[in-house]
Amino acid sequence: MPDLSKRLLHSHEGKLLLVVLALVIFLSLATKSFLSLQNMIDLLTSYSFSGMLAAGLLVVLISGGIDISFTASASVAQYVAMTIANQYHIGWIEVILICAVVGIACGLINAVLIGTLGLSSIIVTIATLNVFFGLLMFVTHGNEIFALPDWFVNGANWVVYTDKQGNPYIFNLQMIGLIAAFVLTALLLTRTNIGRQIYALGSNKDAAQRVGIKVFRLNLLVYGYMGFVAGMASLVQAQDAQSVSPNALVGRELDVLAAVVLGGASLTGGVGTVFGTILGVMLLAFLQNGLLLLGVQSYWSECFTGAVILIAVSALALERQRQRAGVRRVMA
Amino acid sequence: MPDFINLARISKHFGGVTALADVDLTISAGEVHCLAGENGSGKSTLIKIISGVQPPDSGGEIVIDGQRYTHLTPAESTRIGVQVIYQDLSLFPDLTVAENIAFAQHLRGLRGAGKQRLRAKAEAVIARLGVSLDLDALVGELSIAQRQLVAICRALAAEARLVIMDEPTASLTRTEVDTLLDITRELKRRGIAVVFVSHRLDEVMEIAERVTVLRDGRKLGTWDAKDMTPRRLGTLMTGHEFDYKVVVPDLSAAPVMLSVRGLSRRGDFEDINFDIRQGEILGVIGLLGSGRTELALSLFGMRPPDRGQIRLDGAPVSLTSNRAAIDHGIAYVSEDRLSLGLVLEQPIASNIVLSTLDKLTGAAGLLSGDRTRSAVWQGIEQLGIKVSDPENPVRTLSGGNQQRVVIAKWLATQPRVLILDSPTVGVDINAKDGIYAIVKRLAAEGMAVMMISDEIPEVLYHAHRILVMQGGRVKGEFHPAQLSETSLREAIDA
Repeated sequence: MPDLSKRLLHSHEGKLLLVVLALVIFLSLATKSFLSLQNMIDLLTSYSFSGMLAAGLLVVLISGGIDISFTASASVAQYVAMTIANQYHIGWIEVILICAVVGIACGLINAVLIGTLGLSSIIVTIATLNVFFGLLMFVTHGNEIFALPDWFVNGANWVVYTDKQGNPYIFNLQMIGLIAAFVLTALLLTRTNIGRQIYALGSNKDAAQRVGIKVFRLNLLVYGYMGFVAGMASLVQAQDAQSVSPNALVGRELDVLAAVVLGGASLTGGVGTVFGTILGVMLLAFLQNGLLLLGVQSYWSECFTGAVILIAVSALALERQRQRAGVRRVMA
Repeated sequence: MPDFINLARISKHFGGVTALADVDLTISAGEVHCLAGENGSGKSTLIKIISGVQPPDSGGEIVIDGQRYTHLTPAESTRIGVQVIYQDLSLFPDLTVAENIAFAQHLRGLRGAGKQRLRAKAEAVIARLGVSLDLDALVGELSIAQRQLVAICRALAAEARLVIMDEPTASLTRTEVDTLLDITRELKRRGIAVVFVSHRLDEVMEIAERVTVLRDGRKLGTWDAKDMTPRRLGTLMTGHEFDYKVVVPDLSAAPVMLSVRGLSRRGDFEDINFDIRQGEILGVIGLLGSGRTELALSLFGMRPPDRGQIRLDGAPVSLTSNRAAIDHGIAYVSEDRLSLGLVLEQPIASNIVLSTLDKLTGAAGLLSGDRTRSAVWQGIEQLGIKVSDPENPVRTLSGGNQQRVVIAKWLATQPRVLILDSPTVGVDINAKDGIYAIVKRLAAEGMAVMMISDEIPEVLYHAHRILVMQGGRVKGEFHPAQLSETSLREAIDA
């Protein structure tokens, strides 16, 4: 076992874990409420949207691509699903299906554009972000949906435990969504052949083609999965917000990207783990939450978060440079 | 030995261009076969036809195991047992050695193959080859030679019966080449045929049984390797007789242009002394790591020396930056022309004037179109660069013409001392000849030339004097007239 712990410590995930632990200890001592069960439940609930998207985006980054458009796909998915839910008698299964179909469709559009036009994924998805979002705003005139069906508003949460003061602690849909997204992504990446093919594609695209991987089909799957996760995340978010606003989500894509990159995923593909991504999301969540609890003004909080991202990503880049230099020494 | 593959009457046209014309080729089981030819001779196209990447024109046929095909698909080719190891090796740097070797296990079905089965498969292959590799290491952390082993293991894991290696020795040291040759013998012992593709007359010839030479898309013939000499192979590949002789002009009356005394730089080289006279070509030869490139970089001001003196035309100079070196009339054509010497996507014209932009400005410090154009054409004519349009990107030129562009760029600075670092790497024999002619002409016109090289014939037949470097020191100074290729090789390896 010492071998394993040594490996963990030398890996990016191990170092990130130490940083997160240090932050948890500091915030627990510096604030009264940070380490309370209620605060953790609130954090899990409010970061479920970003966390789920981070899981989806991780898959795209490992495959060597990038997706910027997922917040727009999510907005479209939840708007379509909730509009239909308000007009017809449908239930959970139907809204889940609708969100999945819309999300996957958006993802497949990205994959087809990237594959057939041979354009870089960042350009394509910046464009589709604007197209999806623009169409949504045009069709909806930017109107929000405030009234959601009762069964949806009451949602799915279960009181697990009530403390002596009578405060309920709940397990809710948001947590299910978050856990499901990470578990599903981890299974996909580590337990299936498709997962290995995704790492291979991001690691060396030419070699992947030569070894017989059908790159176009794999990209359909990768971007489709991202779209599917975006659809599910949008549902979870709408349930939490208890309303749907067409412009509530767009603009949060870079936070998600930052979390995944903080978690050690490489923008050039081939590298990244679910564990790292969870830590990346946690770091950002704890940081933002902690600054709030410490009473820091929200503008400063954003500035501070940005600085932490910059430091962490620079450290990561330096680490990789050193590794590469090591390789060069071996080769010389 | 039975035939593994029989190609008959294979042709391939791309538009109006003939890549292959009526080529026959037979490879026996367990044979080591060399496929030689210059760039553009059709050898890559032939490999693509064997591996199923491209279909041949109709009329030809491919016979494997008694089965006739008009063309192969990539899947068929793999199933039959053809594996190509490309020069870039096509590995996945972020996956482990085991995953790379047994990657085919990941292609079918949804469920993963399982770590244990994968490792067992990879381990079995590695054991069969008798090499040692860490199964859990990431391929990106391995040396080039180790990566090549991984690629060979992967071919073996795919039940290869024919392994085609594209320029396998291009980036290996001599010891690593020996390992490769041992492994090739092992493959042969197991009845696996190996085809080496090369445009160099190199070490793989030692163990090849037969050599097939292609030129301009046609097969010239197949010969027993033992009847083949490097010179004959060169003549066959190019269609020209390259019979170089040692020619050393008398330069004793010429003034010394560059004089180096006691030059040292910690960790790079020590106590280097030499002169180069006007009109002289000084060859510097040594293995990788002998300090030859570091010395050149010091003379070019990029790695200032710790001690010693550099004199130009008798006057001591201090070269602390490449700008200072250029101003003193020193030009340096680097070893790695693709990443250091050229801006590949930029037009040929822009590359030629890149080093002299400040001399081409007119009023208000803006570039003058007329002066630029005349400088470009001067460069193109002086070096005989074959261009249809100087506005095409440099990328579109052949290796030999790219190297001419680099030299043209430096000649535009009107240097007195020209340092060439491995000027003919990756350039085929015909183009090499052109570059040698240019270097000799420049020297005859009064330039002092320092030519660094790995290749013994290159310095022996084209330099006037030879320095052998080893471990950062000059080990000896030789006059080509007193040397043979063998004695020079001994001096370098000793």
